[in-house]
Amino acid sequence: MRRWIVLVVMLIVMVGLTIWTTSVGDIGIFHAFTYADIFTHTKDHLIMVFWAVLIAVIVGVPLGTLVTRPGFSRISPLVLGGANIGQSIPSLAIIAIMATLPFSLFFFDFGFNRETAIVALFIYGLLPIVRNSYASMNNINPALIESARGMGMTRWQIIRKIELPLAMPVIMTGIRVSTVITVGTAELAVLVGGKGLGTITFTGVFAREVLLIIQGAAPTAFLAVSLGIILESIEKWITPRGMKIKVKNS
Amino acid sequence: MIKLEKVTKVYADGTKAVDEMSFEVDQGELCVFLGPSGCGKTTTMKMINRLIPITGGNIYIDGVDNTKINASELRRNIGYAIQEIGLFTHMTVGQNIETVPVLKGWSKSRRRERAEELLELVRMKPSEFIDKYPNELSGGQRQRVGVARALGTDPPILLMDEPFGAIDPINRVELQSEFLKIQQKIKKTIIFVTHDIYEAIKMGDRIALMKDGKLVQYDTPANLLYRPKDEFVEGFVGADRALKGLQLLRVKEVMTGTYATAKMGEKTEVVRERMEKEGIDWLPVVDNSGRFTGGVSISDLTGGRAKTVKDVITPSEAKSDINAVLNEALSLMLSSGLKTLPIVVEDNRLAGILTFDAIQETLHEAVKTGGTK
Ligand SMILES: Nc1ncnc2c1ncn2[C@@H]1O[C@H](COP(=O)(O)OP(=O)(O)O)[C@@H](O)[C@H]1O
Ligand SMILES: [Mg+2]
Repeated sequence: MRRWIVLVVMLIVMVGLTIWTTSVGDIGIFHAFTYADIFTHTKDHLIMVFWAVLIAVIVGVPLGTLVTRPGFSRISPLVLGGANIGQSIPSLAIIAIMATLPFSLFFFDFGFNRETAIVALFIYGLLPIVRNSYASMNNINPALIESARGMGMTRWQIIRKIELPLAMPVIMTGIRVSTVITVGTAELAVLVGGKGLGTITFTGVFAREVLLIIQGAAPTAFLAVSLGIILESIEKWITPRGMKIKVKNS
Repeated sequence: MIKLEKVTKVYADGTKAVDEMSFEVDQGELCVFLGPSGCGKTTTMKMINRLIPITGGNIYIDGVDNTKINASELRRNIGYAIQEIGLFTHMTVGQNIETVPVLKGWSKSRRRERAEELLELVRMKPSEFIDKYPNELSGGQRQRVGVARALGTDPPILLMDEPFGAIDPINRVELQSEFLKIQQKIKKTIIFVTHDIYEAIKMGDRIALMKDGKLVQYDTPANLLYRPKDEFVEGFVGADRALKGLQLLRVKEVMTGTYATAKMGEKTEVVRERMEKEGIDWLPVVDNSGRFTGGVSISDLTGGRAKTVKDVITPSEAKSDINAVLNEALSLMLSSGLKTLPIVVEDNRLAGILTFDAIQETLHEAVKTGGTK
């Protein structure tokens, strides 16, 4: 309950800061960004986060699951380590490296554009999803899998009907963490041509105008907190009721 | 029918877990795999439904080599229950029981009907339990659901690996008895793994006693007890085999069926005379429809005048079902201090009484004749 009050207060403060910085009109020699600007940049921001997280889920969940399978267990340190390295490189460095890649790969044109930003964000957001998928799929009570096999479920049926539903809450937590991180990291996207709310923040940084920085940072924080809340609610909602009940003894 | 022919298992690390095991389990028979931990019971059982691939030899199910059947298909036609139960925590009791029916593509209404039927069979009220989650059940209830789930599509064969192993001793005895009653109705071909000799004697039509991956003796419980093949069997059975033999007998085979009773409304005078005439000091009391309600002893009847049995009755809970195993009835007599145990059938109707004398006589007889009944 206390936590919710804090979150709501944070959201209100972020909205307040956004309205205030937008309504002052002139900031030093600059004009403040308009509501329309903020809206456009928020939209760009969300689009980048959406694609980055979506690709991270599409790649991360199967990857995390795959390395729990017998036969692949030997490469699991490699995959988890790889994802770890991805996140231990400073985000700015990833963005910078991506920006300097002067080639096209598949349908991506790694230049000064949004696709480059999305790929960088994807790499950065992959770890929580891979790690949580791996941990949850690896932690399923072996007796359940043995029963499922003993009753004649195929490998795929066991994954779909038993393992995934049981692992889903933890995987969702990974997706939430990844999303919140990506919202923050996406501030940097503007440096490789990705636009988004970073456009406002970095204008402030280069102009040395705190109000402009706040005008970009406040909506970003608002997005991070509210997406976190939404995803946490989804997480609770999809957790099967039977898993929320404490085990009865005797 | 299940037939094992020189079945052998060597694990990847070189462990020879099962060594040329051969025997047959007949249709409708409950075969117990018995032996010390690590002797290969689980391995042998899991080769039957191919959870563990066989290294050598063959296993035939109704004459068909089980490696010729698609593994998933094979398993869907063989019920499977394990000690850890392995109920799916994210599914309700009903959904758990419907697992194999779903795999086999049964319609929703047929599945539901079957789940209710199976819950009835394991004596759990469908309306109360079908929508509950496993974590809301007690250990014994979970175990029953495990058995119900294994019976999902009425498979002809059941494999059960220490299914009651995790249950406390009192509930285990009850679950065993209940399961035997169920088996009398459903007549499945069952492989039942245990390391508990009491459980083996009580449950098995036949026992496969194993040691170090080899079959030592495959026989009826009575023969295992009274005609052990070698020293290992004798040692495993133990010196108290006469006592263990009590597991082989049902109360109904030992009890005295016709017996004097007292009625609720009878005068104490009359009852006392009856006791004196029969030379006994205790009578079970029944109500008008023959239901057992308690007992009177002669000391309760002396003194008072013109009272009825109703005024002096000692209500009693200690009684035994007519189908109970003899040693359970005996331990009840010992713990309740009763020298005469009332035996009831359905509806609490008095069917007879069981006395120490009768038990002693039977035991004596069993040891003399080698346990043939
Ligand atoms: N996966 C395995 N790999 C190697 N050895 C095993 C494996 N599973 C069981 N064993 C060995 O095989 C033998 C028989 O095991 P098991 O069939 O589980 O015995 P039981 O069920 O009678 O206790 C034991 O010595 C055990 O250690
Ligand atoms: Mg075992």
